[in-house]
Parts: sequence; C-alpha cells; structure tokens
Amino acid sequence: MAEHDHKLIHAFGALAELGQEITNKNNFQETIRTSLHLISGAIGIMRGAVARYARFGHELNMLAVRGLGDDFPLSLMLTSEDERQFLTNGLSPIEISQAQALPFFQVHNVSFDKRRLELFVPLVVRDEIVGAIFLGEKATAEPYTKYEKEIICAMGQHIGVAISQRNLMAEIERHAEDNRRMFDEMRSTYHDTVKAFAAAIDCKDKYTEGHSVRVGKFSEIIAMELGWGKDEIEGAAVAGYLHDVGKLTVERKIINAPYRINAKESAELNKHPGVGYDILQPIHHPYTDVPLAAKYHHERLDGRGYPDGLYDREIPFIAKIVTLADSFDAMTTDRPYKARRPAKDVVDDLQKNSGVQFAPELVTAFLAGMLRELKGEDRTKRFRRLLGRDYMEAEGIVDKLKYTLNEMAPTTPMTYIAAAGIGDRSLH
Amino acid sequence: MITHSEPVTSAQPVTEKSVIRAGDYLNKLSGEQIEYECKRQLEAGCKELVVNFAETELVNSIGISILLGIIDAASSNGATVVFSDVNETTVELFEMLGLSKHVTIADSAPQLTKIWQNMIIS
Repeated sequence: MAEHDHKLIHAFGALAELGQEITNKNNFQETIRTSLHLISGAIGIMRGAVARYARFGHELNMLAVRGLGDDFPLSLMLTSEDERQFLTNGLSPIEISQAQALPFFQVHNVSFDKRRLELFVPLVVRDEIVGAIFLGEKATAEPYTKYEKEIICAMGQHIGVAISQRNLMAEIERHAEDNRRMFDEMRSTYHDTVKAFAAAIDCKDKYTEGHSVRVGKFSEIIAMELGWGKDEIEGAAVAGYLHDVGKLTVERKIINAPYRINAKESAELNKHPGVGYDILQPIHHPYTDVPLAAKYHHERLDGRGYPDGLYDREIPFIAKIVTLADSFDAMTTDRPYKARRPAKDVVDDLQKNSGVQFAPELVTAFLAGMLRELKGEDRTKRFRRLLGRDYMEAEGIVDKLKYTLNEMAPTTPMTYIAAAGIGDRSLH
Repeated sequence: MITHSEPVTSAQPVTEKSVIRAGDYLNKLSGEQIEYECKRQLEAGCKELVVNFAETELVNSIGISILLGIIDAASSNGATVVFSDVNETTVELFEMLGLSKHVTIADSAPQLTKIWQNMIIS
C-alpha cells in the first residue's frame, strides 16, 4: 500500500474518533484535549493548542495546550481587524508567515516564533468566530501538504461545532438560571402577597387576630404529617392563609360582634366561603385547590356544613385539611364570647367529631404530629410556637394523645357516616 | 540499573535508564499517565528512556500524540528515547509520521541491550 494511502487511512481513523468524541456527552475540557491529541496524532504534529473565543472579552482563551511551554500566553486579545480577517478567511489554515500580518499575532510574535508555530486556523462556524487552533512543526520537519491542511480543516470543523454547541448550551443554561431566579422571585412575591392578604383578613376581625396565619400554619403541619411534597405543603399553607378571604366583604360589625349573631347576620357571614371562592377563582394560583379550600372549609363529612351541604367524598381533600386547621384554631384561641378550651378537651372534641365533621386520617395525622413534638421526637416546636408552651405541656396531655390515637388507630380513613345511619351520598 | 515502570500514576524509582511499558493504555486519554510518568523520569534525571510496546497491538492518533509529547520532553531534557518491541505495522506508522526520526527503534530485548552497550561504549 502506498504511503499516501496509509496516511489517509490513519487520518480517517482520527477523524472518525473525533466525530465520536464530539458526539459523546463527555466533559467539554476533555473533549477538547482529546481533539488536540487527535489532530496532533493524525498528522504527527509536535505541539499545538486549541482556544475558545470569548465574544464579549474579544479574547482567545486556551482550552488545551501541548508542548508549547508554561509561558505560552493562555489568553490572547483580538482587535476588530483580527476578527474581520478571521471572518474573511473562514475556517481554513493560515501559514504563520501570513498570520504575522494580523495585529494580535504581532503582539505575541516572539512567543509564537520561539514555539515554532507553523499553522494558525481560525474556527469560524455559521459566520461566527468560535475559537482557533495553533499548530507547531511536524515530526517529519516537512512543510504541511495540501492534503494535510484539508484534514486539519475537516477536524477543525468538528472542533468548531463542539465549541459552538458548548457556547449554545452555556447560553441556554444562563437563560434557564435567569428563569429560575425570576420564578423564585415571583414565588416569593406570591407568598408575600398571600401573607399580606391573610394579615388584611385578620385585621378586620380584632378578636381573631392572626387566625388566617395560624390556619395556614396548621394546614401546613397537617400536609407535612401526611408526607406531602414541598409544593403540596406550600399549597396547603396558602389555602389556609386565604380560606377566610371572603370575610373582606362581610360587614365589620358582624365579624366583630361581641355576642352571638342573629340569623340574618349569620346568613350574611355564611356567604364568606362562596365570596372567597369568587375572589380566588380568577387568580392563577400555583396550587389549583386554593379557591376550593376557601369555598368548602365549612363543609362537614356528615353533610351538615355549608354552603352546599356536601358529604365526605364530595368535599375536596384540601378543604378537609383547612376545616380541621380552622376548627382547631377556633377551639384553641380566646374569642369574645368564649375562652379557649383546654388541650385535653380539644383532643376529645377532635376524636368525637372525627368521621362526622373531620376526616379521621387527618385528625390522626395531626394528633400524631402533636404527640411526636411533645415526646421530643420532632424538635421543630411547631405546636409550641403556635399554642404556647404552657398550653401544649398541660398535665396529662401526652397520655391523652396516646390513648386517643390508640382508640382511633383501628378505624379506616373511610367515614363512620354509613355506620351511623346518616345518608351518605358519597357512598352510593 | 534499569527500572521497569508500569504505566500507572504511582511514583516509580528514577534512574538514568528507565523502561516504561506502553500497555494498551496508549490509545486513550488515560495514556497521558504514561506521558506524565516519562516526564517525571526525565525531569528527575533519566537520560535514556525506553518505551516498551510488547503489549501494544495498535497505536492510534491519541497514542501518537502522547508519544510525540514524550519525544518533545526528552529532547528538552537532553535525553534519548528508544521504542522497543514495536510490531511491524506500528513501525510503519512511526516512520510515516516522522516519529522514527527522533527515536531509536529496537525490535527486541537483546537488541535493546546492544543499544545500551553501544551507548555506554560511546
């Protein structure tokens, strides 16, 4: 076989390997280092370098350097004339004798001469400069042939595309990072808005100050105890924060009445779930169930709630969570006409109304969370912060919780309603 | 004294004559470990470096580039390089790409010994 054919086969092998290397999802730096090895090895070149062009800095930054010494410049500043010449030349090798006319070359001429550089290849892809290849003398000490320059061009195209793709990926990653930051900001703004709304709702009712915020936090605890994911927990908290948003339209004197309100006033107050739904429905929430929680947080499993008298399965799950959180807060805070109830009584009430007013699995999860905190298994102090230490550590509460949970454990999440003989539409 | 170095990154004792086994590592980027070991030997004073190709069936472009790096480093350190136990196809490749202009190619261990004896005489 003629030597020319041998060279051709060897170069084709290198080209094929280069193609494979570039399409593999390897580390970019390694891909470029391998590429330089492949060019050098394909033709037998003693030394060389591959640089990437930094568009904003107008610099050629070395990505891989072989045999050029430690003092070879790792960053070369280009002038606009250099860039113009690169684009005019396109991706084809320039002999060093010609490249010396380029402004950037003149700056580093001594350094390049010392390393016996022979070829310079601007990497131009789709009319954009993406980098450059510097090549030293061949091991044969012969000048580069036309055929070798063509091989270098072909390999340079592969390397140029690899750099271009990398630039594109970096740009996409930068955009994705911007979007992520923007999303986080929007999410934070959304949460701040929700909390501001909750504060506005609570302002209207001087006797239940902080109620919406606490319902949000109790709802969050229930969702956490159910093992929900981060987004779902946030959704439950938001549903709790906004459950009473409809009260914004109810007259302040009804909300703040220091007496048991009459039927007319009660009818007015009972509109707030529906009004809340109407307020929240047009808003595009990240958590879709938020308006439903507002609308159905006064429904009961036995169908005796309002506004629609829904039964068990008809009630959205998120509303069941908020119902429990809402009632728990009502029982554990002082009202103008009623002092807060002792913790043990509240536990009794929750057990008694489990399956009637509240979903049993939620009551169990909630009480289990409380017990874990009291036993020191959960150190977040979530309940203590909301209810106060003295209230939470009332005598006998731990035993009460254990006893209640033992009693409730055999029950299934399904309702007691059928057993109680109360018509349950959801079962049919 | 002649040392035989494995193509691994662990440090090998440095002497004036060292043998590095190319193995089949030379065809991958990990072959740079051989180059690193050769350079370490050269920088520490090795003057006669033998790269043994007994276990190397084929040398690809990455391998050629690594060997060129070794040749360049040896030249900078005033050391000589011998390629031993190189098969016929690889010898042709080295000749075609100009590597044989920079190294002595020894067919086998006896010939290598002879080369070294000549080096000592001269």
